[in-house]
Amino acid sequence: MNLKFDPDRCFSCDSYACLTKCQYLNYDFESAREERIKIAKGEYSKVLEECKTCYSCEEYCPYDNHPFYRIVELQEEYGINLAPKPIAKQLLKMYAPREKDIASITGVGEKALSLCLFPDLKDNVRSKLFEGLPVIMGRQVFCNLVYLHFANMSVIKERAQQTIENVRKYGVEELVCFHDECYGFFNSYAKAYGLEVPFKTVHLYEYLYNWLKEHEDSIRKLNVKVAYQRNCSNRLSPETDRVLDDIFELIGVERVEREYDRENGICCGAVFKMWGEDEFADEIQKKNVDDMAKSGARFAVFNCPMCYVALAERSAKAGLMPILVSDLCRLAVGEMPRLPGRG
Amino acid sequence: MVYEELKAIVGEEYVSKEPEELHIYSSDPGTMPATEPDYVVMPKTTEEVQKIVVVANKHKIPIVPMGGALALSGLVRPLKGGIVMDMKRMDSILEVNEKARYAVIEAGVTEGMLKAYLERNYPNLRLSTPDAPPIATVTANALIHGSGRLSQMYGFHSEMVTGMEVVLPTGEICRVGSCSISPYWFSRSPLPDLAGLFIGWFGRTGIVTKLGIKLFPKHRYRDVMIFVTENPSYVSDVIWRVAHTEMAEDITVWAQPRPEWAEGFQHTTIYITADSEEELKFKERIIRNALRDYIKQKEGGFLYLTPGMKATFLQEPMSQLVRFADVRKGGGFEYVGAILPVDLFDKAYRKGLEIVEKLGVDWAFSVRIIGRSHCMMFAYAYPFNRADDEDVEKARKALHETNLAVLEMGGIPWKAEEPAQQLILERMDEGAKILMKRVMDLLDPHGIMNPGNWEVK
Amino acid sequence: MEKINYAEIVHRCFRCGYCKFSSDYSAINCPSYAVYRFETYFSGGRMWLIRAWMNEELEWSEHFGEIMYSCSTCRNCVEHCVFKFNEQLVDVFISARSDMVEKGLVPKKVGEFFNNLAKFGNPWGYSGKRLEWVEKEYEGNEFLLHAGCVAAYDERGKVALKALVELLDAAGVDYGVFSDERCEGNEAMVMGEFGLFEHLMEENKRKFEERRVKRVLTPDPHSFNAFKNYYGVDVKHHTQLLWELVKNGELKLGRVEGKVTYHDPCFLGRWNGVYEEPRKILSRIASLYEMPRNRKNSFCCGGGSGNFYTDYLGGKESPARVRVREAGEVADILVTSCPACLMMFDNAVRDEGVELEVRDISEVMLEAMKS
Repeated sequence: MNLKFDPDRCFSCDSYACLTKCQYLNYDFESAREERIKIAKGEYSKVLEECKTCYSCEEYCPYDNHPFYRIVELQEEYGINLAPKPIAKQLLKMYAPREKDIASITGVGEKALSLCLFPDLKDNVRSKLFEGLPVIMGRQVFCNLVYLHFANMSVIKERAQQTIENVRKYGVEELVCFHDECYGFFNSYAKAYGLEVPFKTVHLYEYLYNWLKEHEDSIRKLNVKVAYQRNCSNRLSPETDRVLDDIFELIGVERVEREYDRENGICCGAVFKMWGEDEFADEIQKKNVDDMAKSGARFAVFNCPMCYVALAERSAKAGLMPILVSDLCRLAVGEMPRLPGRG
Repeated sequence: MVYEELKAIVGEEYVSKEPEELHIYSSDPGTMPATEPDYVVMPKTTEEVQKIVVVANKHKIPIVPMGGALALSGLVRPLKGGIVMDMKRMDSILEVNEKARYAVIEAGVTEGMLKAYLERNYPNLRLSTPDAPPIATVTANALIHGSGRLSQMYGFHSEMVTGMEVVLPTGEICRVGSCSISPYWFSRSPLPDLAGLFIGWFGRTGIVTKLGIKLFPKHRYRDVMIFVTENPSYVSDVIWRVAHTEMAEDITVWAQPRPEWAEGFQHTTIYITADSEEELKFKERIIRNALRDYIKQKEGGFLYLTPGMKATFLQEPMSQLVRFADVRKGGGFEYVGAILPVDLFDKAYRKGLEIVEKLGVDWAFSVRIIGRSHCMMFAYAYPFNRADDEDVEKARKALHETNLAVLEMGGIPWKAEEPAQQLILERMDEGAKILMKRVMDLLDPHGIMNPGNWEVK
Repeated sequence: MEKINYAEIVHRCFRCGYCKFSSDYSAINCPSYAVYRFETYFSGGRMWLIRAWMNEELEWSEHFGEIMYSCSTCRNCVEHCVFKFNEQLVDVFISARSDMVEKGLVPKKVGEFFNNLAKFGNPWGYSGKRLEWVEKEYEGNEFLLHAGCVAAYDERGKVALKALVELLDAAGVDYGVFSDERCEGNEAMVMGEFGLFEHLMEENKRKFEERRVKRVLTPDPHSFNAFKNYYGVDVKHHTQLLWELVKNGELKLGRVEGKVTYHDPCFLGRWNGVYEEPRKILSRIASLYEMPRNRKNSFCCGGGSGNFYTDYLGGKESPARVRVREAGEVADILVTSCPACLMMFDNAVRDEGVELEVRDISEVMLEAMKS
C-alpha cells in the first residue's frame, strides 16, 4: 500500500501553497520551497515537528499530491512523537477492532448511516431526516484517520482494508457518512493509497441536502446567523463545503463571514490537548470562539462531534448556541433535538 | 432468655433469631467464610445499646457492632457467635455546626444520607466520603481508618473524628474529646486522646454510638484530570509533584487490565475544586506545570476526557467501582488495602502484577493518596464468582499472598481479615502487643466485644 | 410473564445497597427495608436468601415467605441498582415466588389472597356483580372502563371512580363497564401465581372478544400494567385520557384552592413510564408542589404486590404513613392516580391524624370542573 505521491510535482511547484497558506506555520515562498523539497525527497524537515496536523494542505495543494499524508508518513519514519507516548499508545488500543466487534456485523440492507464511534449521537439521528436508514457504528467501521494526528500512518494502513471489508459485510451498497473523516477515508484516503471501495459513499451534507430538497414543503426557514466550525477532515472533501452552503440556503441560515472559516478554518484544539499543548489549545480555541462571537451569529455550528465537545462549552459561554449541522436541519423541520450525549 | 431480654429492650420487630437473618448477617460480600450469629438486634438509642451490652455481659455472649457491612474483609462476621448489632437504625444527624465545620451524628448515619443532608441544608459544607457504596456508615468507616475524597488534604477519616460517645464493653456510657467537657464537639485536643482507644480496634473496645466528624468547605467548581504513564516507576514522583502543588483535592491512581486500552498504563486521577472558573483554571495550570517535564519528554500526558467520562469520574461515590464485582459475573470482590509509603508504588505495583500473573486471577489496582503523599492506600482488588468455590478460593489465596507481600514491603494491610490480623500481630512490636492486650482485657473483662479479632495470643 | 432463570443471576448481587436509596441517597427508598431495617428485607438480602434457598442452605419458612412477599415490586431497586442485571431484579423475585407457589410454599395471607382471587375474582372474597352501580353496561362502546379490584370494592376507591365517571360523562366519552367485571390478575402475576394469572387473563380475553372490546380505560395502574404488557390490548390509564381531554378542550376546568402534590404510583411510573400527564393536568388546575421523592424516585405507598391486602408493610413506620408525612410538608392535598395508593394513604392519614386531603386526580379535576 503506497501513497500516490509524486515528488516531481513538488519539485516543480510554483506556489508551495501547502506551506505558504498554512494556518499555523509562517513560511515564505523560498523557505517553503526548501522544506517542501526535503519532504518530497523524504528527508528530515523541521516542518515534520512543527506541523499541527490540521489537514489543510491536503486542500491547498493544487496538484492533489497529498502533502499532508506525506508529512505524516515521514513523521512516523523519523520517529517524531507529537503526543506523549502513553497517550498515543492508549489511543491506539482504544479503537482497535476486537473480534466481537467484527462478529457483531450482520446484513442491514442496501443503505446505512455510519455513526463511526459516536454512540452518544444515537438520539440525534433518531429523526425523520434519517428515517429508514439503519445505523452502523463501532470500532469495526472506524476509519482510524484520527491517527494522522499522532504520526501513525502505519496503523491506518494496517486497518484500512479490514474497515472497508467490514462495511462491505454489512451488505451496504450506499453508505452515508455522518462524519467528514469517514467520507474522507473512503474517498480521499482510499484513492491516495489505491484502495478499492466496493460501495458508494455519501457525505452527510449531500444526504441532508437531498432530503431537505425533497421535503422542502416541511421546512420552516430559521432566519438565523450561524458561525461554522469547519473541521480538519472536511479538508479531505472540500467540495462538500459548497453543499453546506446549499443546505444553509434551504433552511434559511446565514453562514456569517468570519476570519476562521472556509479555507482559513482553524482547529478545535482537542488534538493539542491530547498532545499536552494545553496553552496552545486554549489560545486557538479562544481565537476561534472570539471570532465566532464577534460575527454576530446566534449558533455555533459543528459537524464533527469532537469539535462539538471541544468547543461547545466555550462557545455557549460566549453567547452562542452550539449545535450540530444535522440538528440545525432538524430544527428547520420542526424537530427539537436534544444535546448530544445527554440522552 | 437472651432473646426475650433483647426483645424487651428494642421491641419484637427489631430483634431476630430467625434463620433468614442469621444467614444474611453471617457474612459480608467478601471471601471470608460465614459464621452465624445467634441474634441480630437493631437498637435505636444509646440507652438501648447500653442495655444490650449489659445483657451480653450477663450471659457472656459476644457483641459485634455493624454498620454497612461493606469492609469486605469479614470484620462484622461474629467469629464466636453471639449478637450482631446492626447500628443503622441510629440514623439521626444530631447537629451541624456550620461555622466550626463539624457534624454530630449517630453511629448508623450512612455516608449517602449525610452527603445528601449537607447538599440540601449546608451547600457550603461537605464530608470526605469513601468510595464505598452510600450505605456504608460514616462512623464505622472512620473507626476502621477509612479514607476518601478529602484524605489527600486532611488524612484518614479517623483523623477527622472530633469526638465520640461510646458505650464501654462493661456498659458505661462515656464521651471523649471536647464534648466530654463542653457542649461543642470541635476537637479531640487538648485532652488526653482517648478516642484512640476505639479507633482501629474493630469493635473490640466498645461501641461508638455518636460521632463528631469534621466537615470541609465545599467549592462550586470541581474538575478532574487524568495523567497517564506507562512506567510504574514514574508514579510516586508524579504523585509527589502533584501533592507538592497543594492544588489537588484528591489524588488516586488506578491500573487494570480492562478495558483493554487501560492495560499496562497507570492513571493518576487528580481532582481539583475551586470557587471560580479562574481559580479552577489556575489550579489546573499549576498541576500541568508540575508535570511538564514528563509531558515534554513524552513520557506522560493527560487523557482527553469527554463530558461523559468526566461525569463518571466526578460521581461521588463512583458507582462504577462497585461494578467491579461483576467482572466475573459472580457478584464478588475483595481487596487488600495496603497502607504504604508512596515511595513504594513501583515495588508494590510490580509485586501485585507478579501475584496476579502467578495465580491467574482477575485484578484491579486502585490507590488513594493520604495526606500530602504521607502514605497511600494501595488496594489490590480481586473479583470472584461467588457461585464458583474454586474461584473464591483463588481470590482468597491472592489476598493472602498480597497480605504477606505487603507486610514484607513494610506496609500494613488495612481493615485486615482475621487471618491477616494474625499476620500483623506476628510482626508487631512485643510491647505494642502487650499494650493492646492490656487495653482489651481492661476495658472488656468478659471478652464479649467482637472476640476473635485482634486476638493477641 | 415468563419465568426467568434466576439461578444465573442471584449470585451476581454484591449486596452493595445502592438499591436501598433514592438517587441522591437522601432517603431509604426501598419500602420493605424502610419498614423492617433488617438486611434481609431489601433486594440484596432477597437475592442472597433466594440463593440460599436454592442451594438448600435455608429451608422455606413462613418468615422466609413474608420476606419475599413484603417486596411490593415497586422497582425502586431496578432504578438504582448499578449492575447490568438491574432490569431483571424484580423478575427474579417474581420468578422465585412462582417457584414457591408451584411447591405450595406461600405465607398464610398470600394463600388467602390467591384463594379468594381464584374463587371470587377479587382478593377479599366478595361475591356478586361489582360494578352494577355504574349503570353503563358495555355495549360495544369506544372504551371498556375497567375499574380494577380496589376501585370496585374499596369505599374510598369507589368515590374516586364515581368522580371519574362524572368526568367522562361531562366530556362525552363513550364508555361502558362489565358489571360483572373480574380481576385482570396483575397482582396474581407479580405475586408469582402465574397459573391463576393466566386463567384470569384467558377468561377476560375471551370476554373481551365476545363483547368486542376494542380499547380499555382503567384508573388502576396495576390493571393498566397487565393490559398493556401482558394482555397486549389497547389500553389507556385515566390520567392519559383525561390529559388528552383537557388538552383538546373537551374538559373545561377551573382551578382548585390549596397546594397540591402528586404521588407517582409505581405501576404507572417506574413500571410504565407515565410521569408527566398527571403533572400537566395538575399544573393547569392547581399549584403543584413536588415532594423530594418524585417520578423515578417516588416512594411506594407499600400497597403493591398484594400488600394492600397482606399488610406486610403496615405499622407505625409504614411507607404510606411516611409518605403522607412527606406530603404534608409540601402540600395540603396529596393527589395520586391509583386506587391502591389512594386506599393506603387514606388509611395512613387517619392513623397519623395529619391535616392532609388524599384524593384521586379525577376528584380534583371534578372539583376544578365545578368551580
